[in-house]
Amino acid sequence: MSGDPRPVGEDDLHGLIDGRLEPERQALVEAWLVGNPARAAEVSTDRVLRERLRARLAPIAEEAIPARLRVANIRSRHLYPGASWFPMAAAAVLCLALGGAGGWVGHALHGVPAVAVAEAPATQDAVAAFRTFVVEAVHPVEVRADEKPHLVTWLSKRLGHAVAAPDLSAQGFRLMGGRLLPAGTEPAAMLMYDDDRGTRLTLYSRVGDGDGRTLFRFAREGDIAAFSWVDGGMSYVVTGRTDEARLLSVAQAVDAHVRGLAPDRRQP
Amino acid sequence: MDEIAPLIEPQIPALRRYAVALLRDREAADDLVQDTLERALSAWSGRRRDGDLRAWLFTIERNLFLAAVRRRGRRGADLGAEALEQVPDPSADPGAALGARDVLAGLDTLPEEQRSVLLLVAVEDLSYAEAAQVLGVPLGTVMSRLSRARTRMRGFLETGRTGLLRRVK
Repeated sequence: MSGDPRPVGEDDLHGLIDGRLEPERQALVEAWLVGNPARAAEVSTDRVLRERLRARLAPIAEEAIPARLRVANIRSRHLYPGASWFPMAAAAVLCLALGGAGGWVGHALHGVPAVAVAEAPATQDAVAAFRTFVVEAVHPVEVRADEKPHLVTWLSKRLGHAVAAPDLSAQGFRLMGGRLLPAGTEPAAMLMYDDDRGTRLTLYSRVGDGDGRTLFRFAREGDIAAFSWVDGGMSYVVTGRTDEARLLSVAQAVDAHVRGLAPDRRQP
Repeated sequence: MDEIAPLIEPQIPALRRYAVALLRDREAADDLVQDTLERALSAWSGRRRDGDLRAWLFTIERNLFLAAVRRRGRRGADLGAEALEQVPDPSADPGAALGARDVLAGLDTLPEEQRSVLLLVAVEDLSYAEAAQVLGVPLGTVMSRLSRARTRMRGFLETGRTGLLRRVK
Protein backbone atom coordinates (compact mmCIF):
# COMPACT_ATOMS: atom_id res chain seq x y z
CA MET A 1 0.00 0.00 0.00
CA SER A 2 2.59 2.56 -0.91
CA GLY A 3 1.63 4.92 -3.69
CA ASP A 4 -0.85 7.72 -3.35
CA PRO A 5 -0.79 9.15 0.17
CA ARG A 6 -3.59 11.67 -0.37
CA PRO A 7 -6.62 11.43 1.88
CA VAL A 8 -9.77 9.96 0.42
CA GLY A 9 -11.92 12.57 -1.33
CA GLU A 10 -15.24 12.86 -3.10
CA ASP A 11 -13.42 12.34 -6.39
CA ASP A 12 -12.15 8.99 -5.11
CA LEU A 13 -15.66 7.93 -4.24
CA HIS A 14 -16.91 8.79 -7.72
CA GLY A 15 -13.89 7.01 -9.13
CA LEU A 16 -14.82 3.94 -7.14
CA ILE A 17 -18.47 4.05 -8.22
CA ASP A 18 -17.49 4.54 -11.85
CA GLY A 19 -14.72 1.96 -11.74
CA ARG A 20 -12.00 4.45 -12.61
CA LEU A 21 -9.50 3.85 -9.79
CA GLU A 22 -6.18 2.11 -9.97
CA PRO A 23 -6.28 -1.14 -7.96
CA GLU A 24 -4.10 0.25 -5.18
CA ARG A 25 -6.17 3.35 -4.75
CA GLN A 26 -9.35 1.34 -4.93
CA ALA A 27 -8.19 -0.87 -2.08
CA LEU A 28 -7.37 2.19 -0.03
CA VAL A 29 -10.75 3.80 -0.67
CA GLU A 30 -12.59 0.57 0.13
CA ALA A 31 -10.66 0.26 3.36
CA TRP A 32 -11.62 3.82 4.24
CA LEU A 33 -15.29 3.05 3.59
CA VAL A 34 -15.18 0.20 6.10
CA GLY A 35 -14.61 2.82 8.77
CA ASN A 36 -17.31 5.10 7.34
CA PRO A 37 -20.43 2.97 7.09
CA ALA A 38 -22.80 5.84 6.34
CA ARG A 39 -20.78 6.90 3.36
CA ALA A 40 -20.34 3.28 2.36
CA ALA A 41 -24.10 2.86 2.22
CA GLU A 42 -24.40 5.88 -0.05
CA VAL A 43 -21.71 4.60 -2.34
CA SER A 44 -23.49 1.30 -2.50
CA THR A 45 -26.74 3.03 -3.46
CA ASP A 46 -24.90 5.06 -6.07
CA ARG A 47 -23.53 1.88 -7.59
CA VAL A 48 -26.98 0.32 -7.77
CA LEU A 49 -28.31 3.45 -9.32
CA ARG A 50 -25.56 3.55 -11.89
CA GLU A 51 -26.30 -0.01 -12.92
CA ARG A 52 -30.03 0.62 -13.13
CA LEU A 53 -29.52 3.68 -15.26
CA ARG A 54 -27.23 1.81 -17.61
CA ALA A 55 -29.55 -1.15 -17.84
CA ARG A 56 -32.55 1.08 -18.44
CA LEU A 57 -30.87 2.91 -21.33
CA ALA A 58 -28.87 0.06 -22.81
CA PRO A 59 -31.60 -1.23 -25.15
CA ILE A 60 -31.59 2.05 -27.06
CA ALA A 61 -27.95 1.67 -27.97
CA GLU A 62 -28.54 -1.90 -29.04
CA GLU A 63 -31.19 -1.05 -31.61
CA ALA A 64 -30.41 -0.94 -35.30
CA ILE A 65 -29.86 2.66 -36.27
CA PRO A 66 -32.50 4.24 -38.48
CA ALA A 67 -31.54 4.61 -42.12
CA ARG A 68 -31.98 8.33 -42.02
CA LEU A 69 -29.07 8.57 -39.61
CA ARG A 70 -26.60 6.91 -41.93
CA VAL A 71 -23.82 9.29 -42.83
CA ALA A 72 -24.32 8.65 -46.54
CA ASN A 73 -28.00 9.53 -46.27
CA ILE A 74 -27.35 12.65 -44.29
CA ARG A 75 -24.73 13.77 -46.75
CA SER A 76 -27.04 13.23 -49.68
CA ARG A 77 -29.59 15.61 -48.24
CA HIS A 78 -27.67 18.73 -48.95
CA LEU A 79 -29.79 21.21 -47.17
CA TYR A 80 -31.34 21.12 -43.82
CA PRO A 81 -34.79 19.83 -44.60
CA GLY A 82 -36.75 22.27 -42.60
CA ALA A 83 -37.06 24.73 -39.85
CA SER A 84 -37.85 22.04 -37.34
CA TRP A 85 -34.72 22.41 -35.34
CA PHE A 86 -33.26 25.76 -36.29
CA PRO A 87 -36.05 28.26 -36.54
CA MET A 88 -34.49 30.77 -34.19
CA ALA A 89 -31.10 30.55 -35.80
CA ALA A 90 -32.59 30.96 -39.20
CA ALA A 91 -34.64 33.88 -37.98
CA ALA A 92 -31.57 35.48 -36.49
CA VAL A 93 -29.72 35.16 -39.75
CA LEU A 94 -32.59 36.60 -41.66
CA CYS A 95 -32.87 39.39 -39.17
CA LEU A 96 -29.25 40.29 -39.58
CA ALA A 97 -29.33 39.97 -43.33
CA LEU A 98 -32.26 42.36 -43.56
CA GLY A 99 -31.31 44.56 -40.72
CA GLY A 100 -29.09 47.55 -40.45
CA ALA A 101 -26.25 45.59 -38.99
CA GLY A 102 -24.97 44.68 -42.39
CA GLY A 103 -25.70 41.04 -42.89
CA TRP A 104 -23.74 37.98 -42.24
CA VAL A 105 -24.01 35.67 -45.19
CA GLY A 106 -25.73 33.02 -43.20
CA HIS A 107 -24.91 29.99 -45.23
CA ALA A 108 -23.62 28.06 -42.30
CA LEU A 109 -27.10 27.24 -41.14
CA HIS A 110 -28.34 26.28 -44.56
CA GLY A 111 -26.05 23.42 -45.14
CA VAL A 112 -23.07 25.06 -46.75
CA PRO A 113 -20.30 23.80 -44.53
CA ALA A 114 -19.49 26.16 -41.75
CA VAL A 115 -15.86 25.27 -41.92
CA ALA A 116 -14.50 28.58 -43.06
CA VAL A 117 -11.64 28.50 -40.67
CA ALA A 118 -10.73 31.91 -39.58
CA GLU A 119 -9.00 33.52 -42.45
CA ALA A 120 -8.78 36.83 -40.65
CA PRO A 121 -5.71 36.91 -38.39
CA ALA A 122 -7.68 38.60 -35.62
CA THR A 123 -10.04 35.63 -35.55
CA GLN A 124 -7.20 33.13 -35.38
CA ASP A 125 -5.62 35.04 -32.52
CA ALA A 126 -8.94 35.37 -30.75
CA VAL A 127 -9.69 31.66 -31.01
CA ALA A 128 -6.17 30.82 -29.81
CA ALA A 129 -6.63 33.14 -26.83
CA PHE A 130 -10.04 31.62 -26.15
CA ARG A 131 -8.56 28.14 -26.09
CA THR A 132 -5.82 29.21 -23.74
CA PHE A 133 -7.84 31.12 -21.20
CA VAL A 134 -11.31 29.71 -21.22
CA VAL A 135 -10.17 26.50 -19.54
CA GLU A 136 -8.33 28.49 -16.90
CA ALA A 137 -9.99 27.83 -13.58
CA VAL A 138 -7.82 29.90 -11.27
CA HIS A 139 -6.82 32.94 -13.33
CA PRO A 140 -9.18 33.25 -16.28
CA VAL A 141 -8.81 37.02 -16.20
CA GLU A 142 -6.18 39.50 -15.15
CA VAL A 143 -8.53 42.17 -13.86
CA ARG A 144 -11.88 41.10 -12.51
CA ALA A 145 -15.23 42.58 -13.34
CA ASP A 146 -15.61 44.17 -9.92
CA GLU A 147 -12.99 46.63 -11.10
CA LYS A 148 -14.73 47.25 -14.39
CA PRO A 149 -14.05 51.01 -14.65
CA HIS A 150 -10.36 50.40 -14.08
CA LEU A 151 -10.37 47.50 -16.52
CA VAL A 152 -11.94 49.54 -19.31
CA THR A 153 -9.73 52.57 -18.70
CA TRP A 154 -6.61 50.48 -18.57
CA LEU A 155 -7.33 48.48 -21.72
CA SER A 156 -8.46 51.57 -23.64
CA LYS A 157 -5.28 53.36 -22.69
CA ARG A 158 -3.05 50.49 -23.73
CA LEU A 159 -4.84 49.99 -27.03
CA GLY A 160 -5.09 53.68 -27.72
CA HIS A 161 -8.75 53.22 -28.57
CA ALA A 162 -11.92 52.97 -26.56
CA VAL A 163 -12.47 49.37 -25.55
CA ALA A 164 -16.05 48.27 -25.14
CA ALA A 165 -17.19 46.10 -22.24
CA PRO A 166 -20.89 45.80 -23.04
CA ASP A 167 -23.51 44.52 -20.68
CA LEU A 168 -24.62 41.15 -22.04
CA SER A 169 -27.06 40.27 -19.29
CA ALA A 170 -29.90 40.27 -21.81
CA GLN A 171 -28.08 37.40 -23.52
CA GLY A 172 -27.53 35.68 -20.18
CA PHE A 173 -23.84 36.50 -19.81
CA ARG A 174 -21.98 38.31 -17.05
CA LEU A 175 -18.63 40.00 -17.36
CA MET A 176 -15.94 38.03 -15.53
CA GLY A 177 -13.12 40.45 -16.32
CA GLY A 178 -10.43 40.87 -18.89
CA ARG A 179 -6.80 40.85 -19.80
CA LEU A 180 -4.27 42.41 -22.11
CA LEU A 181 -2.74 40.19 -24.80
CA PRO A 182 0.06 40.62 -27.30
CA ALA A 183 -1.02 40.75 -30.95
CA GLY A 184 2.05 41.09 -33.11
CA THR A 185 3.54 44.42 -32.18
CA GLU A 186 0.25 45.75 -30.86
CA PRO A 187 -1.73 44.90 -27.77
CA ALA A 188 -5.17 43.34 -27.84
CA ALA A 189 -7.92 43.29 -25.24
CA MET A 190 -9.81 40.18 -24.23
CA LEU A 191 -12.90 40.25 -22.06
CA MET A 192 -14.44 37.08 -20.71
CA TYR A 193 -18.09 36.48 -19.90
CA ASP A 194 -19.89 33.50 -18.45
CA ASP A 195 -23.44 32.37 -17.88
CA ASP A 196 -25.20 30.42 -15.16
CA ARG A 197 -24.21 27.14 -16.74
CA GLY A 198 -20.55 28.05 -16.72
CA THR A 199 -20.46 28.60 -20.48
CA ARG A 200 -17.76 31.12 -21.23
CA LEU A 201 -17.27 33.37 -24.18
CA THR A 202 -14.72 36.01 -25.03
CA LEU A 203 -14.85 39.39 -26.70
CA TYR A 204 -11.52 40.08 -28.34
CA SER A 205 -10.72 43.50 -29.77
CA ARG A 206 -7.74 45.27 -31.21
CA VAL A 207 -6.89 48.25 -33.35
CA GLY A 208 -6.43 47.77 -37.05
CA ASP A 209 -7.73 46.13 -40.18
CA GLY A 210 -8.94 49.31 -41.81
CA ASP A 211 -11.34 52.05 -41.06
CA GLY A 212 -14.49 50.84 -42.67
CA ARG A 213 -17.11 48.45 -41.57
CA THR A 214 -17.28 44.82 -42.61
CA LEU A 215 -19.97 42.23 -42.49
CA PHE A 216 -20.16 39.72 -39.71
CA ARG A 217 -17.97 36.80 -40.56
CA PHE A 218 -18.54 33.38 -39.08
CA ALA A 219 -15.83 30.82 -38.43
CA ARG A 220 -15.84 27.49 -36.71
CA GLU A 221 -12.95 25.48 -35.46
CA GLY A 222 -14.04 22.19 -33.97
CA ASP A 223 -16.67 23.04 -31.39
CA ILE A 224 -15.57 26.65 -31.09
CA ALA A 225 -17.49 29.24 -33.02
CA ALA A 226 -16.55 32.84 -33.68
CA PHE A 227 -18.11 35.93 -35.23
CA SER A 228 -15.75 38.67 -36.33
CA TRP A 229 -16.16 42.07 -37.86
CA VAL A 230 -14.36 45.37 -38.23
CA ASP A 231 -15.85 48.71 -37.33
CA GLY A 232 -14.38 52.14 -36.86
CA GLY A 233 -10.75 51.08 -36.82
CA MET A 234 -11.23 48.17 -34.46
CA SER A 235 -11.43 44.44 -35.09
CA TYR A 236 -13.89 42.55 -32.93
CA VAL A 237 -14.18 38.82 -32.42
CA VAL A 238 -16.77 37.10 -30.27
CA THR A 239 -15.76 33.52 -29.54
CA GLY A 240 -17.56 30.77 -27.70
CA ARG A 241 -18.25 27.11 -27.42
CA THR A 242 -21.91 27.62 -28.08
CA ASP A 243 -24.42 27.49 -30.89
CA GLU A 244 -24.39 30.07 -33.64
CA ALA A 245 -27.73 31.60 -32.82
CA ARG A 246 -26.73 32.43 -29.30
CA LEU A 247 -23.31 33.65 -30.31
CA LEU A 248 -24.85 35.75 -33.03
CA SER A 249 -27.15 37.42 -30.53
CA VAL A 250 -24.08 38.29 -28.49
CA ALA A 251 -22.25 39.64 -31.52
CA GLN A 252 -25.25 41.78 -32.35
CA ALA A 253 -25.42 43.11 -28.83
CA VAL A 254 -21.72 43.97 -28.86
CA ASP A 255 -22.06 45.58 -32.24
CA ALA A 256 -25.01 47.64 -31.08
CA HIS A 257 -23.10 48.71 -28.00
CA VAL A 258 -20.04 49.67 -30.00
CA ARG A 259 -22.12 51.75 -32.34
CA GLY A 260 -23.86 53.38 -29.46
CA LEU A 261 -27.23 52.02 -30.38
CA ALA A 262 -29.79 50.73 -27.99
CA PRO A 263 -30.47 47.11 -28.85
CA ASP A 264 -34.11 47.75 -29.49
CA ARG A 265 -33.34 50.29 -32.18
CA ARG A 266 -31.99 47.63 -34.43
CA GLN A 267 -34.25 46.61 -37.21
CA PRO A 268 -36.52 43.67 -36.71
CA MET B 1 -14.67 11.99 -47.63
CA ASP B 2 -15.60 8.40 -46.99
CA GLU B 3 -13.19 7.96 -44.19
CA ILE B 4 -15.82 9.78 -42.14
CA ALA B 5 -18.66 7.27 -42.03
CA PRO B 6 -16.60 4.47 -40.43
CA LEU B 7 -15.54 6.91 -37.73
CA ILE B 8 -18.88 8.52 -37.02
CA GLU B 9 -21.38 5.71 -37.45
CA PRO B 10 -20.09 3.62 -34.54
CA GLN B 11 -20.91 6.60 -32.30
CA ILE B 12 -24.52 6.84 -33.39
CA PRO B 13 -25.98 4.33 -30.89
CA ALA B 14 -24.51 6.30 -27.99
CA LEU B 15 -25.65 9.61 -29.45
CA ARG B 16 -29.17 8.20 -29.69
CA ARG B 17 -29.08 6.91 -26.15
CA TYR B 18 -28.00 10.27 -24.76
CA ALA B 19 -30.60 12.06 -26.88
CA VAL B 20 -33.41 9.82 -25.64
CA ALA B 21 -32.31 10.30 -22.06
CA LEU B 22 -32.36 14.06 -22.53
CA LEU B 23 -35.57 14.35 -24.51
CA ARG B 24 -37.58 11.27 -23.54
CA ASP B 25 -39.12 11.28 -26.98
CA ARG B 26 -37.83 8.87 -29.58
CA GLU B 27 -38.70 10.88 -32.64
CA ALA B 28 -37.30 14.12 -31.27
CA ALA B 29 -34.22 12.26 -30.14
CA ASP B 30 -33.49 11.03 -33.64
CA ASP B 31 -34.05 14.53 -34.98
CA LEU B 32 -31.47 15.75 -32.53
CA VAL B 33 -29.03 13.04 -33.56
CA GLN B 34 -29.60 13.84 -37.20
CA ASP B 35 -28.87 17.50 -36.64
CA THR B 36 -25.82 16.56 -34.63
CA LEU B 37 -24.52 14.49 -37.50
CA GLU B 38 -25.25 17.19 -40.04
CA ARG B 39 -23.40 19.70 -37.95
CA ALA B 40 -20.52 17.31 -37.43
CA LEU B 41 -20.20 16.66 -41.15
CA SER B 42 -20.21 20.33 -42.00
CA ALA B 43 -17.63 21.11 -39.34
CA TRP B 44 -15.55 18.02 -39.94
CA SER B 45 -12.50 19.62 -41.49
CA GLY B 46 -12.32 22.20 -38.73
CA ARG B 47 -12.29 19.53 -36.06
CA ARG B 48 -9.23 19.22 -33.89
CA ARG B 49 -7.34 16.19 -35.12
CA ASP B 50 -6.02 15.32 -31.72
CA GLY B 51 -9.37 15.81 -30.02
CA ASP B 52 -11.60 12.98 -28.92
CA LEU B 53 -14.22 12.34 -31.57
CA ARG B 54 -16.80 11.00 -29.16
CA ALA B 55 -16.50 13.96 -26.81
CA TRP B 56 -16.70 16.30 -29.79
CA LEU B 57 -19.92 14.70 -31.03
CA PHE B 58 -21.49 14.79 -27.57
CA THR B 59 -20.54 18.45 -27.30
CA ILE B 60 -22.32 19.26 -30.54
CA GLU B 61 -25.33 17.22 -29.52
CA ARG B 62 -25.66 18.82 -26.12
CA ASN B 63 -25.22 22.33 -27.50
CA LEU B 64 -27.96 21.72 -30.04
CA PHE B 65 -30.16 20.35 -27.29
CA LEU B 66 -29.58 23.40 -25.10
CA ALA B 67 -30.24 25.72 -28.02
CA ALA B 68 -33.54 23.97 -28.67
CA VAL B 69 -34.51 24.13 -25.02
CA ARG B 70 -33.76 27.82 -24.95
CA ARG B 71 -35.84 28.38 -28.01
CA ARG B 72 -38.74 26.36 -26.82
CA GLY B 73 -39.04 27.56 -23.30
CA ARG B 74 -37.92 31.13 -23.03
CA ARG B 75 -39.43 31.26 -19.59
CA GLY B 76 -37.34 28.54 -18.02
CA ALA B 77 -33.65 27.86 -17.89
CA ASP B 78 -34.08 24.16 -18.48
CA LEU B 79 -36.66 21.53 -19.14
CA GLY B 80 -37.33 21.23 -15.44
CA ALA B 81 -40.79 22.67 -15.43
CA GLU B 82 -42.01 20.46 -18.21
CA ALA B 83 -40.18 17.39 -17.04
CA LEU B 84 -41.74 17.89 -13.66
CA GLU B 85 -45.19 17.41 -15.06
CA GLN B 86 -44.23 13.93 -16.09
CA VAL B 87 -42.86 12.94 -12.74
CA PRO B 88 -45.47 10.89 -11.00
CA ASP B 89 -46.67 12.05 -7.65
CA PRO B 90 -44.76 9.92 -5.15
CA SER B 91 -47.82 9.37 -3.04
CA ALA B 92 -49.56 7.84 -6.04
CA ASP B 93 -46.67 5.57 -6.83
CA PRO B 94 -46.95 2.29 -4.94
CA GLY B 95 -43.48 1.21 -6.04
CA ALA B 96 -41.82 4.21 -4.54
CA ALA B 97 -41.18 2.79 -1.14
CA LEU B 98 -39.56 -0.26 -2.63
CA GLY B 99 -37.18 1.71 -4.77
CA ALA B 100 -38.85 0.35 -7.85
CA ARG B 101 -39.40 3.73 -9.41
CA ASP B 102 -38.15 4.35 -12.86
CA VAL B 103 -34.65 5.76 -12.70
CA LEU B 104 -35.43 7.91 -15.70
CA ALA B 105 -38.14 9.68 -13.73
CA GLY B 106 -35.49 10.45 -11.15
CA LEU B 107 -33.20 11.67 -13.86
CA ASP B 108 -35.86 14.10 -15.03
CA THR B 109 -35.86 15.83 -11.69
CA LEU B 110 -32.22 16.83 -12.10
CA PRO B 111 -31.23 20.15 -13.63
CA GLU B 112 -29.87 19.58 -17.11
CA GLU B 113 -26.26 20.16 -16.13
CA GLN B 114 -26.43 17.43 -13.49
CA ARG B 115 -28.39 15.12 -15.73
CA SER B 116 -25.84 15.48 -18.51
CA VAL B 117 -22.85 14.91 -16.30
CA LEU B 118 -24.38 11.77 -14.85
CA LEU B 119 -25.33 10.43 -18.27
CA LEU B 120 -22.00 11.18 -19.86
CA VAL B 121 -19.97 9.69 -17.03
CA ALA B 122 -22.09 6.84 -15.73
CA VAL B 123 -23.80 5.71 -18.94
CA GLU B 124 -21.62 6.87 -21.82
CA ASP B 125 -18.38 6.10 -20.00
CA LEU B 126 -16.72 9.38 -20.79
CA SER B 127 -13.74 10.16 -18.61
CA TYR B 128 -14.18 13.03 -16.16
CA ALA B 129 -11.91 15.14 -18.34
CA GLU B 130 -13.97 14.38 -21.45
CA ALA B 131 -17.15 15.23 -19.60
CA ALA B 132 -15.56 18.53 -18.59
CA GLN B 133 -14.80 19.17 -22.23
CA VAL B 134 -18.35 18.41 -23.35
CA LEU B 135 -19.88 20.57 -20.66
CA GLY B 136 -17.33 23.33 -21.10
CA VAL B 137 -16.55 23.49 -17.39
CA PRO B 138 -13.50 22.75 -15.22
CA LEU B 139 -12.91 19.26 -13.90
CA GLY B 140 -13.77 20.32 -10.35
CA THR B 141 -17.17 21.48 -11.53
CA VAL B 142 -17.80 18.09 -13.12
CA MET B 143 -17.05 16.40 -9.82
CA SER B 144 -19.26 18.69 -7.79
CA ARG B 145 -22.13 18.35 -10.26
CA LEU B 146 -21.70 14.61 -10.14
CA SER B 147 -21.92 14.72 -6.37
CA ARG B 148 -25.07 16.80 -6.48
CA ALA B 149 -26.60 14.56 -9.13
CA ARG B 150 -25.90 11.43 -7.13
CA THR B 151 -27.15 12.91 -3.91
CA ARG B 152 -30.35 13.93 -5.58
CA MET B 153 -30.83 10.59 -7.27
CA ARG B 154 -30.31 8.80 -3.97
CA GLY B 155 -32.96 10.98 -2.45
CA PHE B 156 -35.29 10.24 -5.30
CA LEU B 157 -34.80 6.51 -5.12
CA GLU B 158 -34.86 6.23 -1.39
CA THR B 159 -37.74 8.47 -0.51
CA GLY B 160 -39.27 9.55 -3.77
CA ARG B 161 -39.41 13.06 -2.43
CA THR B 162 -37.09 14.80 -4.84
CA GLY B 163 -39.97 15.76 -7.04
CA LEU B 164 -41.76 17.31 -4.12
CA LEU B 165 -38.77 19.31 -3.05
CA ARG B 166 -38.35 20.59 -6.53
CA ARG B 167 -41.98 21.49 -6.77
CA VAL B 168 -41.71 23.70 -3.72
CA LYS B 169 -38.90 25.61 -5.35
